[in-house]
Amino acid sequence: MTDNCQILTGNQAAAIGVKLSGVQVVSAYPITPQTSLTETLSQYIEGGELEAEYVRVESEHSAMTVCIAASTVGARVFTSTSSHGLLYMHEQLHWAAGSRLPVVMCCVNRGVGAPWSIFNDQQDSIAQRDTGWIQIYCRDNQEIIDTVIQAYRIAEAVYAPVMVCYDGFVLSHTTMPVEVPDEEAVRAFLPPYKPHTILDPHDPRNINPVIFPWRRMDAEGCLRDGYMELRYKLQKALEEAKPVIADVSRAYGRIFGRDHGGFLWQYRLDDADVILAGMGSIATEATMATDMLRKEGIKAGVLGIRLYRPFPREEIREAIGNIKAKALLIFEKDISYGYEGALCSDVKAALYGSAVQPPIHDFICGLGGRDVKASEIADGVKASLNTVDEGDSRPQTIWLNCRKG
Amino acid sequence: MGENIFKIDEREYILPGSRACQGCGLSLAYRHALKALGQNTILTIPASCLTVLHGLYPITSVEIPCLNCTFASTAASASGLVAGLKAIKRTGLTVVAVAGDGGTYDIGIQALSGAAERGTDFIFVCYDNEGYMNTGTQRSSATPPGALTTTTPVLTKLEPKKDMLKIMEAHSLPYIASVNPSYPRDLYEKFTKAKLFKGTRYIQIYAPCPPGWAYLPKDTVKIGRMAVETGICVLFEIENGRFRFTGRSKVLAKKGKRLSVADYLDAQGRFRQMSRDQAVQLQQSVDEKWEEYVRRAVE
Amino acid sequence: MEDKDHHISAMCKPAPGEAGKTGDWRDVRPVINHEKCTPFIKKKPSCFLCWLYCPEGVIRDTIPVQIDLDYCKGCGICAEECPVGAITMVSEGKHDG
Ligand SMILES: Cc1ncc(C[n+]2csc(CCOP(=O)(O)OP(=O)(O)O)c2C)c(N)n1
Ligand code: SF4
Ligand code: SF4
Ligand code: SF4
Repeated sequence: MTDNCQILTGNQAAAIGVKLSGVQVVSAYPITPQTSLTETLSQYIEGGELEAEYVRVESEHSAMTVCIAASTVGARVFTSTSSHGLLYMHEQLHWAAGSRLPVVMCCVNRGVGAPWSIFNDQQDSIAQRDTGWIQIYCRDNQEIIDTVIQAYRIAEAVYAPVMVCYDGFVLSHTTMPVEVPDEEAVRAFLPPYKPHTILDPHDPRNINPVIFPWRRMDAEGCLRDGYMELRYKLQKALEEAKPVIADVSRAYGRIFGRDHGGFLWQYRLDDADVILAGMGSIATEATMATDMLRKEGIKAGVLGIRLYRPFPREEIREAIGNIKAKALLIFEKDISYGYEGALCSDVKAALYGSAVQPPIHDFICGLGGRDVKASEIADGVKASLNTVDEGDSRPQTIWLNCRKG
Repeated sequence: MGENIFKIDEREYILPGSRACQGCGLSLAYRHALKALGQNTILTIPASCLTVLHGLYPITSVEIPCLNCTFASTAASASGLVAGLKAIKRTGLTVVAVAGDGGTYDIGIQALSGAAERGTDFIFVCYDNEGYMNTGTQRSSATPPGALTTTTPVLTKLEPKKDMLKIMEAHSLPYIASVNPSYPRDLYEKFTKAKLFKGTRYIQIYAPCPPGWAYLPKDTVKIGRMAVETGICVLFEIENGRFRFTGRSKVLAKKGKRLSVADYLDAQGRFRQMSRDQAVQLQQSVDEKWEEYVRRAVE
Repeated sequence: MEDKDHHISAMCKPAPGEAGKTGDWRDVRPVINHEKCTPFIKKKPSCFLCWLYCPEGVIRDTIPVQIDLDYCKGCGICAEECPVGAITMVSEGKHDG
């Protein structure tokens, strides 16, 4: 199926993915750099290419609300946003996950204010880490279209919402050749959505009411969940999503010939002395830095993290444990103020108690669209290796390309 | 459907033993509203006293499907229900959003205005108990001047009540109605009528609240009646822009005389700190509003 | 009974008495003097204002009028609204001890 290669931006790729997935309700609100994605969807819907309801809401909070309600009814739904739009949805992100609805959303990653920045980093979606959403970070436009389609199958299998994250401008507005999957094949890949919610006048239910801390008997005398049991079920669902995500990725690979590596992807990692880890386009940049470093005789390799929630703890331990690297360097476009980058904390926690524990440096980079060249990553790697070679194995947080003082 | 001498459906959609307070005006209004709306309804409600009335997991007191939503999102939730039902081609259901005054006048106004502007095909019901009752009687923009609330505990509310009905009218809705549970047949007829329209319909329920307004539960219907007799609450409907008094307010408009608001104020503990000036001003604004309605009334 | 709940989110089914037997909330109980009650006297459906105004829907518009005391919260609206004074609120005689 190589006959349908198109030159597409990330947002176009996402829009086509949504169309192919047979989405029935779209609701979104404009925000740079997500806007062209929803504009394209409006075009599809008004032009009759996609038979769906488009609800042009007055805010992102409402966009997510529309998705929640329509998904409860049994429609396949989509929204997308960036930055402040995502922050504005925060309450509804929890509500969607708590309701166990398979909402799929693209987050076109952008920095958050104040002050305003329209440019890329991943602070927006990282800040939503604990909302109960599955988060997948894409590294190129091909991965975006494929991940959007896979997201529906994952979400509807485990009844949890999926956020497909990709970098604003770097991917959203950059054209690349993309293989567009065959529509029939996608329809076959995605079975129809079967809601778990019941909204039926002849079998009336009250959905998402107030719940006690304790378990409570229903009218038939069955002891039902308390708040905490439902939270445990959500946690379980995200843990159990891991094999599903892996299966879906493999099944997709079998049909469409592309498997994006499931949870993690690797680049020249097998014999690496130094591991560069990251999510999204910064990890792609790291592959170029790797090539440069290898030319200089430094055996670098990249561990790309595609799945951020549920976090692939075992897989990361295994990937890092298999390599006797001198240092593990995390490159990330977010910061948990007062500590370090969120990804770094998560990776460190994953390695806790593992036999292989290389020194870890966390590179905070690219915030608010600050340029990160492959050569700058390579320089950072070299500096870190020097520190480690001098016998200093303490953890460090390094603000790359940032004037301090 | 079994009807009685009032031509009101016999079926109760709220099962006995709900969590609402004794003498709750919302309960009484909701009871008749649901009878009028009937089985083929899907409700969506935000955090409020109504959430409590609907019941705590795993039991509900209401025999109509309901989707609970967050405080600010009621009308957007209705938009999602409408879009979802259309997308899956389910017809014959009326989507009804019901929120308190906090969920309507205040935190919910953005989503409501948006849904109304889009002409979303649903009924938005605001039960106006003039405060945030679920969280313990705090001030809302619907609280009348002179009322004590837990956030206006000494000086009383100093600002006038927001005219939400007028705000909704500015959205050019096909049907707007003001109802009061002391007049259940008027309420029932308006809900029945609202179902016949397409697009966004807005119904505001004046909902006396014994604990929040500091009067005895037995007086709920009396207080509601006094509100109409004084013109504090006016029963009317606006059909495609045409204003019409209904029921008791229509009679009062013909007679041209109303009770003084003083009787109404004296009957409720929440007004016990209200100043004379505030009472005079309230009387004035009630009179002005009434005159405006009289000028607009057709028939 | 053990938990047979396979629900992954909170969905309630309707049942009476969600808040328990709300009759327990009462301090005073409505007692109908049927000899005064209009439909009882006329032997045909009429009045029923107590039915109309009960916020709990626990009054039946039958002859004679019946009140479900398991759930009547004792608000006293029926007694207040009865045009002929056929309903009186009588103390439950509960003591705090
Ligand atoms: C975003 C948000 N803020 C605050 C609350 C807390 N809260 C729950 S109900 C409520 C008051 C509701 O007032 P109103 O809408 O007037 O309904 P009522 O309780 O009077 O029935 C508040 C403030 C909330 N649930 N969500
Ligand atoms: S606080 Fe007021 S509105 Fe709320 S349930 Fe009680 S009486 Fe009804
Ligand atoms: S209101 Fe009084 S007279 Fe009328 S039916 Fe009820 S008890 Fe009888
Ligand atoms: S009106 Fe009040 S007192 Fe009378 S029956 Fe109903 S709940 Fe009981």
